[in-house]
Amino acid sequence: MVTNFQSHYIPNTPAEQDDLLAAIGLQSIDDLFADIPDGYRNPTLELPAPLSELEIQRELNELAARNRPLASGPSFLGAGSYHHFIPSIVKAIMTRGEFLTAYTPYQPEVSQGTLQVIFEFQTMISALYGMEVANAGMYDGATSVAEAVLMACRVTRRQQVIVADTVSPAYRQVIATYCQAQGITIDVTPAGQVAGAITEATAGIVAQYPNFYGSLEDLQALGEAAHADGALLVVSADPLAMGMLKPPGEFGADIVTGEGQPLGIPPSFGGPYLGLFSCKQQYIRQMPSRLVGRTTDTEGRTGYVLTLQTREQHIRRERATSNICTNEALYALASSIYLAAMGRNGLRQVAELCYHKAHYAADAIGKLDGYSLPQSAAFFQEFVVSCPKPPAEVNRRLMERNILGGLEVKDRFDNGMLLCVTEMNTRAEIDALVSALSEIA
Amino acid sequence: MLNKGGNRDTTRMLMDRSVSGRVGVITPELDVPAASLPDAVYLRDSLPLPEVSEPEVVQYFTSLSQLNFSIDTHFYPLGSCTMKYNPKINDEVAFLPGFAGIHPQQPAEQSQGALELLYRLQEFLTEVTGMSATSLATLAGAHGELAGVLMMRAYHLARGDSGRTKMGIPDSAHGTNPASAAMAGFDVVTIPSDADGNTDLAALREIAGDDLAGVMITLPSTLGLFDSHILEVCQVVHECGGLVYGDGANMNALLGRAKLGELGFDVCHLNLHKTFSTPHGGGGPGAGPVCCGEILTPYLAAPVVERTDAGEYTLSEPAESIGKISGFHGNFGVLVRAYTYIRTLGAAGLLSISGNAVLNANYIMHELKDIYALPYDRTCMHEVVFSADLQRERGVSGLEVAKRLLDYGFHAPTMYFPLIVHEALMIEPTESETKETLDAFIDALRAIDAEATSEPELVQHAPHTTPVSRLDEATAARRPVLRWEPVEAAAD
Repeated sequence: MVTNFQSHYIPNTPAEQDDLLAAIGLQSIDDLFADIPDGYRNPTLELPAPLSELEIQRELNELAARNRPLASGPSFLGAGSYHHFIPSIVKAIMTRGEFLTAYTPYQPEVSQGTLQVIFEFQTMISALYGMEVANAGMYDGATSVAEAVLMACRVTRRQQVIVADTVSPAYRQVIATYCQAQGITIDVTPAGQVAGAITEATAGIVAQYPNFYGSLEDLQALGEAAHADGALLVVSADPLAMGMLKPPGEFGADIVTGEGQPLGIPPSFGGPYLGLFSCKQQYIRQMPSRLVGRTTDTEGRTGYVLTLQTREQHIRRERATSNICTNEALYALASSIYLAAMGRNGLRQVAELCYHKAHYAADAIGKLDGYSLPQSAAFFQEFVVSCPKPPAEVNRRLMERNILGGLEVKDRFDNGMLLCVTEMNTRAEIDALVSALSEIA
Repeated sequence: MLNKGGNRDTTRMLMDRSVSGRVGVITPELDVPAASLPDAVYLRDSLPLPEVSEPEVVQYFTSLSQLNFSIDTHFYPLGSCTMKYNPKINDEVAFLPGFAGIHPQQPAEQSQGALELLYRLQEFLTEVTGMSATSLATLAGAHGELAGVLMMRAYHLARGDSGRTKMGIPDSAHGTNPASAAMAGFDVVTIPSDADGNTDLAALREIAGDDLAGVMITLPSTLGLFDSHILEVCQVVHECGGLVYGDGANMNALLGRAKLGELGFDVCHLNLHKTFSTPHGGGGPGAGPVCCGEILTPYLAAPVVERTDAGEYTLSEPAESIGKISGFHGNFGVLVRAYTYIRTLGAAGLLSISGNAVLNANYIMHELKDIYALPYDRTCMHEVVFSADLQRERGVSGLEVAKRLLDYGFHAPTMYFPLIVHEALMIEPTESETKETLDAFIDALRAIDAEATSEPELVQHAPHTTPVSRLDEATAARRPVLRWEPVEAAAD
């Protein structure tokens, strides 16, 4: 078959391709594929005809227009993906070709940019979580906590894990998927009964902070109970909340994971996001995925390299601590730029804006006839509201007013809706939500 | 001595630059009454993040970027990684507010455009691989492998066939294959390659029994070769009741040339960040969709997108799904880019991709095989694997040849992989490079070979022109320093 479609992504013209073929001593490109068995070579390939850039832009614009962006009206949906402000410098830097189109930094001499960024990232994530070591190489919050469960079993050489029922349902499902072939027992236990359920067979316990329903749990007590029986405390924590909240490391957590999306990453229909993963120094050789370390070159200059690679799949193969290879490095860069720009004061200010606005909203909604707040614990930016009507109906009527409501959690709370308020929500938006809820009741 | 990052110093890290009172972002004033703070037990005392201004952040990170080689700045023939041009339009559309700004859990009627895009991409990838169905939920190649081998496990268990504990994997395979098989609970059995670089059929027949769950085959192999026994491989595995997994890392060679499903593969993953041009980002994000034949379709990872009779798109969980494997619906932003790429190229464009990728690799092979040893002297696919054995005889290793290439302004090939080739140098030019670049690269490798004779120490101590020279990796691993520490603490 003669390939005569000249794509703008392929520089060599048919004449130049002929030159290369002549150099090799072949007649046509088809000759290169002679190893493919007869009858299987050049199958039909039914795809829509190619489009010009102008046409593809139109098509994608049309598809995008059929979605409702969070910024197009008041939005109060969180539940694992959050609407936060992203400074313009994040995209400006992360889309530079030198970062965007580099591979994993296996050649450190020509990858110091990526490597030093990852070292900055490890530094800031371990600081946020109050932990000794953070890696740079997990997919998202759900898979990070699943890998933490596997790691807790490796560290303790035990095969039973207790997961609080206040951990995100999606996280619990992913933990189950990751553990299905490992002979690990997962016990989902009411949050208040986790400490009492720990035995000498328990590898670890998993809690979320703030938990999926927004509340703050007593991590100190969980840590003490776990450690008394030689189990590890695994916490999945919202990194942005760490701008004001005491980090899990200060409560004695052994492994702290998280969803890095709040740190400068757009919601983007669920990905790409960024898994965060940190632990105590003593467990470092059981950690999954990539670590960057500082060293020196032959002339004594400081430089950075991928290190402790004997844990990883490309060296250890079936005995590796994880199969992870490509992960989310570009978003480790995005969150590093975000954290550098926000800094110690900016991150605290954003966290406090979320906190105060969420409390203002909860306070006002709790006073509405027919609505109540079924949880009494301290919370950060999310809270559950019991509605006077099914949450699906409430959400439908909110959307008539172009307000995106919360996530239905009616399996756990009577007509429950999980609402999230962040720094993106103005007082006017919150007031609009409150008055709309009042009318809907 | 300062590391050069453009004209700005990159040796000081963010915390070294931090000055109390500098501001990087101004946040809005609080416009609601302040609430009382939670109990002090929940509040942190200090937050050890830097304080730097916006210009410093931009200058620092930009200077760091200039220490990298990348596709946009350098030829990057890193074998097995498919470092092709990443079209800018793909990034632009992924950042549209109607894509980047939508929440994964907003009601389906408010995300029909996104769901339709995912549905169409599922169809495209199913067609390209010749399979029956696709799940886009997996976030990278290895993540797709994990899903795929869990599906194989679930299939056997559902048939009451619980004795299939072994997974056969060729000795040339990527490390992710055995690592993924182990995560799915399988014992890994290594299958040797024969003298031509194909699967050793006799060895495969020896392990083909009622304890074999299946095999994981990379096609073309990591030797850059199309396994001319592939039909027999699938037949032997199927006859013993096993399944064939396809690692699609090297699919750039086969676009429009062959379909894994038609060859007999039961399930495969694709690396969208390789074959479908989504930027690698210094190590991700990727996307590793899983495509499978009919018998495995019920086991696909959740969710998949379905189209109702009314023409609406919804997320659903396959009947016997191995479960949810990531937080939401996959790396949507990556999927938008891959969709755009396929729409831009169509079938003719994809054929042209594979044709030119394979042509360029064979050209490099032909122009260098007189001076670099070629362990398997036959037509290669998208990459060529040389051995530096002939240079080694003169005291120069494959690693040193690769490092010397950096001085010539080319990224190194993949070194010492696959493991079955001594001093391996694995070169993948992709379709994106001009003949002039290929010729310059060939000239550089010829010049380095001449240097191995005339000035071996020049090659042995390379690179000489990069921001740092050879780094002490042994000390980095023996005494790990994994985060910035204040000077006083570091001195302790």
